[in-house]
Amino acid sequence: MSVAVEKNNFTKDLIQSIDPAQFKTAADQRKLALEKLIAIGLPESKSEEYKFTPITRLLSKQFEPNEIGRAYPSAANNLAELMDEADRGHCVVFVNGAYDSKLSQLDNIAQVTIESLTDALESHSALVIDQLSRANESVDPFALLNNAQWQEGLFINVSRNSKVERPLVIYHLFDASNSKVAAHTRLFINIETSAEFSVSEKTNSIGSHSIFHTFNEDIIVNENASFKYTKIQNDPGRLIQVNNTTVQQHKSSRADTYTFTLNGKLIRNNLNILIDGEGCESHFNGLYLLDGDTLADNHTTVDHKKPNSFSNELYKGLMDGKSKGIFNGKIYVRPHAQKTNAFQSNRNILLSDTATINTKPQLEIWADDVKCSHGCTSGQLDTEALFYLQSRGIPKATAKAMLLYAFAGEVLETIQDEELKVYLDNLVSAKLHKSF
Amino acid sequence: MLKVNNLHARVEEKSILNGINLEVKPGEVHAIMGPNGSGKSTLASVLAGREDFEVTEGSVEFLGKDLLAMSPEDRAREGIFMAFQYPVEIPGVSTVNFMKTALNKIREYRGQDTLDAVSFLTKMKEKIKLVEIDQSLLSRSLNEGFSGGEKKRNEIFQMAMLEPKLAILDETDSGLDIDALRIVANGVNKLRTKDNATIVVTHYQRLLEYIVPDYVHVLYKGKIVKSGSKDLAIELEEKGYDWIKNELETV
Repeated sequence: MSVAVEKNNFTKDLIQSIDPAQFKTAADQRKLALEKLIAIGLPESKSEEYKFTPITRLLSKQFEPNEIGRAYPSAANNLAELMDEADRGHCVVFVNGAYDSKLSQLDNIAQVTIESLTDALESHSALVIDQLSRANESVDPFALLNNAQWQEGLFINVSRNSKVERPLVIYHLFDASNSKVAAHTRLFINIETSAEFSVSEKTNSIGSHSIFHTFNEDIIVNENASFKYTKIQNDPGRLIQVNNTTVQQHKSSRADTYTFTLNGKLIRNNLNILIDGEGCESHFNGLYLLDGDTLADNHTTVDHKKPNSFSNELYKGLMDGKSKGIFNGKIYVRPHAQKTNAFQSNRNILLSDTATINTKPQLEIWADDVKCSHGCTSGQLDTEALFYLQSRGIPKATAKAMLLYAFAGEVLETIQDEELKVYLDNLVSAKLHKSF
Repeated sequence: MLKVNNLHARVEEKSILNGINLEVKPGEVHAIMGPNGSGKSTLASVLAGREDFEVTEGSVEFLGKDLLAMSPEDRAREGIFMAFQYPVEIPGVSTVNFMKTALNKIREYRGQDTLDAVSFLTKMKEKIKLVEIDQSLLSRSLNEGFSGGEKKRNEIFQMAMLEPKLAILDETDSGLDIDALRIVANGVNKLRTKDNATIVVTHYQRLLEYIVPDYVHVLYKGKIVKSGSKDLAIELEEKGYDWIKNELETV
């Protein structure tokens, strides 16, 4: 009983400590977000969408309620070493949630506008306000918390017909060497008609204190445009993170979204794909390689609102140690979305007795002329395959790594950008050899 | 080369091998025959090091070393090769990469230099001819979607690549049509030398028309109950396994 009271108090105190009035921007939207958050509250243990992910409990252990809504300046450590050399010239860097103009290095890309969200509220006022209002339709408490509390944001507009080959890299760096950090950042990307654009997201940190980060991203892929997004979640510290990513696809557009989760304390990814036009193609793939006590929770939704579109989802996971994997995949096919093809697959391997996976496909189909399929499996490493490799002289550890790499390879193979594929391949191989 | 002495093994509580004695010398081919459930495949698996079986008694010496104390990979590096009755399908690992890793791990163990890409390919091309296997098959995922015959040929291809001292063919003839059987047997025969040995585990005499054994042993209820020359296999084919069973019961 007393525990329940404490939890409620944490949520109540946290919400009370939030003061949208401290921000000068988007006051109406922030106020509305807070009102909704007050009504919903933070997820409790019985909350359907968070029942395997005890994030509120974890937050209440590591933060005081009034520590969530404050800003945490970096201790001026040199964070450049947390970045990959190859990303210089085309990266945008946030440190503890604030835009860092020194670390960000952006060669001019013609036809791409990149500005702070504050500036975009002036330059692209209608678009940004519209998106902020839409975002308040979310029922995810952390999406609302972010909407009320975002400190800094980025606005990217890619002009009509432009093709940007090199991916823009967005870094979230955290300096938790002197204190805890809580940060709330926001991203808008508008890809105009027939344009092509790619983004990679990386997270890194120093210090041993707790880090809490919410990240809301809204991406609009307009008619005939194409977007590739690779999220690389490999934070070495104590990161607790909730990502709310919405990709809105218009007619004949294509989106490829990859989510790699290799490390962190608790990572929750809410990926929402809205198929809002005919003839769209959407691929969203994920790979989670978990060990220690990492928890990775992927909640994906693809909402087919219009006919003649195709979506394909492949998420695979390896869980070792005491790690926890959670997968929830929702497919909605609305009454008018005839001739929809929607496929989903989630495959898991548990490598220890103490690792767990909870996987749940959820299909809701109102249209009658559709092709949809889903499948999820969880099992152990195939001992027969292991023996087969060993019986040819391959040491057990190598054989195991070969099988795990082959399992992960199916997701890696879907990446088209060669440079990115090599980068991720190295990351995945290193992780498999070191930790499993 | 191989000395099996009073070998007993069980799986869970079920005793399967009940005192096997067998000696194999370099250059010899031994056939192990027997009805279903007699323990033939178990013997092959125990020699290769499959962990599902527990050895409860007896010993196995291979080239003077205690085979049972070795891991499956060390057995392979010492020169044991088992061709699987049911080769495993492994998505995402190509036969080429698999063989390259295996061959180099074995060479490393023996203190030999690892093969570079060119030497490996040269060797591979030479061995491909032995088993008449399509090279494009080898760059595909290991055994995935292969026909029964292709899987068995791939086993013999691997054997040719790894050049074992003792090859154990576990029911290699099962699921093969007569042409595939001939190709597989030819491969095995071409690999025979005076220094290596082969154990052929089979239910039928058919394979032994192609791979002619020096000795035939009949396994029944986990024991070798009869040994003889290749003529024993022909006699078995004519009279059936009931002949052995009846003979034993009369005794």
